Amino acid sequence: MEVGDSIPELRVTPDRFLPHRYAGASGDFNPIHIDREFATQVGLPGNILHGLYGMALVARANAAAAGGDPRALRRLSVQFRGMGVPEHEIVVSGTVSAVDGDSVSVDTLAEQSGKQIIRNAVAELRLG
Amino acid sequence: MPVDASAKGKRYPPFEYEVGKEKIREYALAVGEDDAVYFDRAAATGAGLRDVPAPPMFAVVYSAGAMAPAILDPDVGMDFARMVHGGQEFVWGEPVCSGDTITTVAECKDIFEKDGKAFYVFESVSTNQDGQEVVRGTWTNIVRGI
Repeated sequence: MEVGDSIPELRVTPDRFLPHRYAGASGDFNPIHIDREFATQVGLPGNILHGLYGMALVARANAAAAGGDPRALRRLSVQFRGMGVPEHEIVVSGTVSAVDGDSVSVDTLAEQSGKQIIRNAVAELRLG
Repeated sequence: MPVDASAKGKRYPPFEYEVGKEKIREYALAVGEDDAVYFDRAAATGAGLRDVPAPPMFAVVYSAGAMAPAILDPDVGMDFARMVHGGQEFVWGEPVCSGDTITTVAECKDIFEKDGKAFYVFESVSTNQDGQEVVRGTWTNIVRGI
């Protein structure tokens, strides 16, 4: 990988029940993620995706770019902005910003319907 | 009204989590991991891992029990109606595998005000049964309109 290279895009369309499965897997049962009625009552467009689910997609895209080894991802920092919703495609894309020996930094973002839901994400990968 | 930063520096009790192969499978399926190492012990050991590894972001699963008392602490006093999870960082160390016992300690690292918002920054440090650090998390929550 060289500075300026793009990592392979990750495209995922979470289905209607993904927030429920992620709630069970993560233990985060905040009703804004799993109860459409509650979510609309508090002014959201509907039940929204967990931010940390989006971060997991960013982690996946970066680990895959490093060959898929779970040990390759050394650091990941993200900012959550806006909100993701089920049943619309999420696109994770990234560009190599620095290379130092076997250590690579990737500037990454996740977008949905043209809006960023995760921005200023920086991943540090160690290539094995 | 200035933000109350008196909880800055407060530490919370350690939380112990035993990592299981089937919980890793459930989490890996939820986030769409498809690599065999997350599901198959032979694939994991074949890749040089001690056992089925947890995906990196499984950190939220074993950290949650340590983070909840910090986030919910009345001394911290976040207004949840106006709070968003603004940012997150993880720095990974030793891999986490099925069979590990992970102990996480949370601390309220900083509380400050900027541009009319209150920032609450927590740190979690997770170590395995051999005392090796497996992940260090920085959790930033933002409360608007203070």
